[in-house]
Amino acid sequence: MANNQVKSRRRFLTDAALLTGGIFVASGLKPLGALLYATERKNPNGPWYGMGIDLEKCIGCGRCADACKSENDVPREPFFFRTWVEQYTILNDGSMKITSPNGGIDGFKQEYPDEEIFKSFFVPKMCNHCVKSPCTQVCPVGAAFESPEGISLIDPNYCIGCGYCVQACPYGCRYIHPTRKVVDKCTMCYHRITKGLLPACVEVCPTGVKIFGDLNDPKSDLVRFKKEHSWQVLKPHMNTEPKVYYNGLRAEVR
Amino acid sequence: MNPHFLHLYDMLSKVDGFIYPNEIELQWGILIVLYPYITGLVAGAFILASLERVFKVKVLRPTYTVALLTALAFLLVATLPLISHLSKPMRFYEIMITPHFTSAMAIFGFIYLWYLMVVLLLEIWFDYRRDLVLWSQEKAGIMKRVYKILTLGVTDISPKALKWDDKFGYAITVIGIPSAFLLHGYVGFIFGSVKANPWWSTVLMPVIFIFSAMVSGIALVMFVYMMVNYIRKKMIDMICLDSIAKYLLVALILDFVLEGLDQVHRIYEAEESFQILDLLVKGKLNYTLFLFQWGLGMLIPILILGYLQMFRSNARLRRILYLGSSLLVLIGIFFMRWNVVIGGQLFSKSLYGFTTFKLNLIGPEGSLMAAVWLVVPFLILAFLFWLLPPWKRHPEGGT
Amino acid sequence: MPPQIKRLALLFALFIGLFLVVRHFLVPKSFGEFGHYRGLSLVENQAKTPKYAGEKACADCHQDISDLKSPNEHKSLSCETCHGPGLEHINSTDSIITVRVPKGREFCGMCHAKNAARKADNVVQINVADHNVGQNCTECHNPHSPWLTIK
Repeated sequence: MANNQVKSRRRFLTDAALLTGGIFVASGLKPLGALLYATERKNPNGPWYGMGIDLEKCIGCGRCADACKSENDVPREPFFFRTWVEQYTILNDGSMKITSPNGGIDGFKQEYPDEEIFKSFFVPKMCNHCVKSPCTQVCPVGAAFESPEGISLIDPNYCIGCGYCVQACPYGCRYIHPTRKVVDKCTMCYHRITKGLLPACVEVCPTGVKIFGDLNDPKSDLVRFKKEHSWQVLKPHMNTEPKVYYNGLRAEVR
Repeated sequence: MNPHFLHLYDMLSKVDGFIYPNEIELQWGILIVLYPYITGLVAGAFILASLERVFKVKVLRPTYTVALLTALAFLLVATLPLISHLSKPMRFYEIMITPHFTSAMAIFGFIYLWYLMVVLLLEIWFDYRRDLVLWSQEKAGIMKRVYKILTLGVTDISPKALKWDDKFGYAITVIGIPSAFLLHGYVGFIFGSVKANPWWSTVLMPVIFIFSAMVSGIALVMFVYMMVNYIRKKMIDMICLDSIAKYLLVALILDFVLEGLDQVHRIYEAEESFQILDLLVKGKLNYTLFLFQWGLGMLIPILILGYLQMFRSNARLRRILYLGSSLLVLIGIFFMRWNVVIGGQLFSKSLYGFTTFKLNLIGPEGSLMAAVWLVVPFLILAFLFWLLPPWKRHPEGGT
Repeated sequence: MPPQIKRLALLFALFIGLFLVVRHFLVPKSFGEFGHYRGLSLVENQAKTPKYAGEKACADCHQDISDLKSPNEHKSLSCETCHGPGLEHINSTDSIITVRVPKGREFCGMCHAKNAARKADNVVQINVADHNVGQNCTECHNPHSPWLTIK
């Protein structure tokens, strides 16, 4: 009997020692700690691009959507957009109407008389160039990827057109090009920003809604934007870590 | 104007509520509905076969080879709707040479090849090897050559070699069971892991897919077995058929419970997407979900099969009811895939509106094309029955 | 080893070997340089020709208009906001390719039409249906200096 007691005591002590030792070792494992940090800054030796969108200033003129289609040869039909503008109109009775006629390219018409409207506003949308983009995650061949500067890009010469990335994007910013038959989407005008130019939508905005910048540069307009405004991103619960930051984003916007 | 755009303008006028402008056209149509349907049939038929081999359910012996050959016939067709759906089909090989392992879709090529070559073909080969050798000796002309090739040059059919065949066949079947789950489970995961789509994104998706696969596979084997015996004017082994019906009933009940759990959970939690999904289910999916998937495809077969399990009836009535039930189940599971794939794309990811879907008759994504993909496996099966007739096997012990 | 296994092992080895050889030739050369994608695609994505020139580029030839515009309310508008992409125009030497000159009330209305969603702070608004119907906006307003001539 005493022998069994000694045995089980020994076993208990060994188990306890192993457990404690294991916890000590695990706590020293740095990689586990890294998983807990929310926003990683990547590309420390180069730019890490993002975009600010100031909804307080947007007047829904649609010049950004129009310029994007011109700059990037996007088909002009109202079914394919790299960027678009939405109008939200909340009426006094609580109902809400959201429209995006031709993506906002032809402008917006007010559909309800002033006295019925509780609140109305415009929301430009674009690819959010997520840090943890689900589109990159689900591409089966490696045609959707993130550039070293953090721009989510597409390789049209490798895309097989399976459409999985279109399904996986929570923001609806991807589409299959009707003639090229591969996926297309906002590239943050990669061909411009790598030449020191601004994206086309930023270039033409009359009220300075769009702020393009380098998140790694503490003096950039975008970093200042993030400091001065309490910014929000779209669908934060998806944890895609978008790099498009909105000022004045209201809860109705999805 | 491009006629394709005319179709889109028409859809634009039928949008209900608000959708993101890019969401007007559904990316995944009937071909993508077919793919999980066909791989589900394969996985389910294989599991039925493995019941006999691994779990020693001897009464199912008459359907063992039928199930395997059915699985093979459908597996050979499985990739075709997928590849023909790609908008750049000639680049399909990229999945095999640079698979992106964070994507569930990327493992498709390897799982498919693994299941085809290591599981199905090998198991059939080990099972048929003795007959292949004997046929290669008995036949003449081209067929002799064909069977010789199929033996892969191995002509040893001594009892020792045959014992190895049995051992390896058994091992392959054992590996085949999780492989079948993987073959179809990953398809469920393709949908279940898309966090952007609340109709698809659920932990239960791979599980539901697997169980509905088993249901459809068992129903298919039941249907094929009955049809083959009817065509060949042979007696149906009723004990075997009753047993299959029992497994079908159990699988149906399990599948029903799982799908019910998914819905109850969704209704109870009523999280952000609930309003739009509620509208979806009661509106656009009203008939395909309640009537076809659950009503005709599940409840009625459960009632029929349950009745037949509990009360005695003559063999002829049972055969008619089994045939009817298996057809209803096959149709119901097709609609389950439809409701998942099409249903998931009908509502906007903004959760503020719906787009429309029109199934064309002709065209690469039309219903005629889908019918072709469903008929071709039966043609292949007929060919396999001719090449490897399960009823002309050489009896044990002889040469 | 039983003869079946030897034969199968051989066939599988051949198949896998063939696959690896074919794969070696099919995988694009630049694949995997920076990540799971064709490294060359970064270059291809950069290689497109821009269409918008940027505000400063217009001033090189049109300094007078730029000077006219810079002190007033339209200073925040790039030339190309209204005139569209200008790089082709700048680069065209033999026969000048013109930029778009907006015409009609609708165009100015895209910004200036009264809309409950537009803040008065951001943009001056008029009711396009009432405001001097039948006349072009440019008859009273110089687009590069909107308050310059008001009848």
